[in-house]
Amino acid sequence: MHEEPILKVRNLRKQFGPGCSQCNNLDSNRLEKNYCTVCGTVYAVRDVSLDVYPGEILGIVGESGSGKSTLMQCLYFDTDVASGEAYINTPALAGFNVFDLSSQQKRSIRNHDYGMVYQNPVHGLKMNFSSVGNIAEKLIAAGNRNVGNMETTSKRLLDNVHIPLHRMKEEPRNFSGGMQQRVQIAKALSNNPPILFLDEVTTGLDLSVQANVLDLIKRIQRELGISMIVVSHDLAVIRMLADRTIVMLNGEIIEQGLTDQVLEDPQHAYTQQLVYSLL
Amino acid sequence: MRAKPHFAFFDEGSKKEIRRATLKAVAIPGYQVPFASREMPIARGWGTGGLQLTLSLIGKTDVLKVIDQGADESVNAVSIKKLVQETTGVQITDQTEEADLIQSRHRIPETPMTKDQILVLQVPMPEPLRPVEAREYMTKRMHSEDDYSGAWLMLFEQIVKYGKTATAADHPVYVNGRYVMAPSPIPRFDNPRMHQSEALILLGAGREKKIYAVPPFTNVESLAFEDYPFAVESFKGKECQLCGSAHVFLDELIDQKTGEPVYQCNDTSYCMEQLNSREKAEVESSYA
Repeated sequence: MHEEPILKVRNLRKQFGPGCSQCNNLDSNRLEKNYCTVCGTVYAVRDVSLDVYPGEILGIVGESGSGKSTLMQCLYFDTDVASGEAYINTPALAGFNVFDLSSQQKRSIRNHDYGMVYQNPVHGLKMNFSSVGNIAEKLIAAGNRNVGNMETTSKRLLDNVHIPLHRMKEEPRNFSGGMQQRVQIAKALSNNPPILFLDEVTTGLDLSVQANVLDLIKRIQRELGISMIVVSHDLAVIRMLADRTIVMLNGEIIEQGLTDQVLEDPQHAYTQQLVYSLL
Repeated sequence: MRAKPHFAFFDEGSKKEIRRATLKAVAIPGYQVPFASREMPIARGWGTGGLQLTLSLIGKTDVLKVIDQGADESVNAVSIKKLVQETTGVQITDQTEEADLIQSRHRIPETPMTKDQILVLQVPMPEPLRPVEAREYMTKRMHSEDDYSGAWLMLFEQIVKYGKTATAADHPVYVNGRYVMAPSPIPRFDNPRMHQSEALILLGAGREKKIYAVPPFTNVESLAFEDYPFAVESFKGKECQLCGSAHVFLDELIDQKTGEPVYQCNDTSYCMEQLNSREKAEVESSYA
């Protein structure tokens, strides 16, 4: 039987700058890494296509500046794309290129179908609103108007991510980095999104908290069957979480395949370097 | 020699610009229309938005009433009235029924307004989403995308913290089912009176340079959660110590002698009217 991908991305491009006659034709390869030396245009994401299947964790690795985070921001509509298509396989959205939808529709997708966990909790949370309020915000955005109902859901989620309930009315700014990250995950999960984006979620956390967060993510995948895209430059994280892995370099996908395959038998020179530079 | 001021203080170009913004505001209920707020002889934040609307609207035959927190005689109301009268020569009144144009700071008169009247409200903070988002270009985007989770979130936080919505004034409203609007800091008591109002309601924020409007017979709905319905201030069992009115917005005062709280109409002209009509009735009955 053939499974349909829940998220299908085709030929996604994102550039910063107008481009010039030197770099407009990407095949001519006049770029230095991913920017044009003549006009300074940065080609952050170049012609990226990928599929995410239901219940799968897709890992994206690559060095700093390789376009991982920009790709995530494009998919989450935080920034506009230059060109490309993305299809979400839910009954309401089947067949529509989501980049062509209106900003209202995009917001509705963010509220109903997507969850996002940023590397820096400041981007994903309102630091001066209570933790329970932060989770409720996502529920409110998805149309919930019942306080009791939302409070129960928020409590359950906070409990799931091991935030003590007596601190649920506290603002996340009083929390440690690990706790903030867990509140962010709880928020992203609040309306059971079919697709979850995780951008360097464990970077900057100490090892025990990292293990906690990874454990949580794995459990979420197992119990809720949520599809995820996990961006990380930490190969250990990718090895533990991802079923399939994409390796990005200078805005392009240079290698992809099953995680074990990519990490054990890297084909591209850069991937080989990446894998063997692992301490 | 003192130059004679132009009619209604402004030059015609200024009035035209403000009227144009006003027309746009009426056409899009609840939408904040930016306008070039003028320098006024009173400080920004003291009613310049309302005053500019009043001056752009007023004609020679109009009758003006100005209220400040329900009172006709407070300093602010008197100063504004003086300025308008000196530059236009229009008639000033305290009676809600007599006025064509009512400029008000934070109250809607108790006497129901009619379709022949315009209510101008002064607004300090026109943006209901400002407490959640400091950036103007972001709040504009949120309005355009119909994203009001921030406004709801504020109410949610209050319920979580205090067990009820703690908006004493300026409780946000949905206008015509589309834009969320700050109704200016009127008490919650006045919110339902904006709903399907017969009179045109214009709101002006001078410092923030915004004009917005609730056209006559427009739906105005206060934000409320399913399990925490919107409620106005309750004055159950209390009445005005002067005129005995119940079902009006009452001020709580402390009796200096007894230390007990006493209550009094917030709308002074309404209270006066009640007293006068009762006196008239007494006089008539004693003659009979």
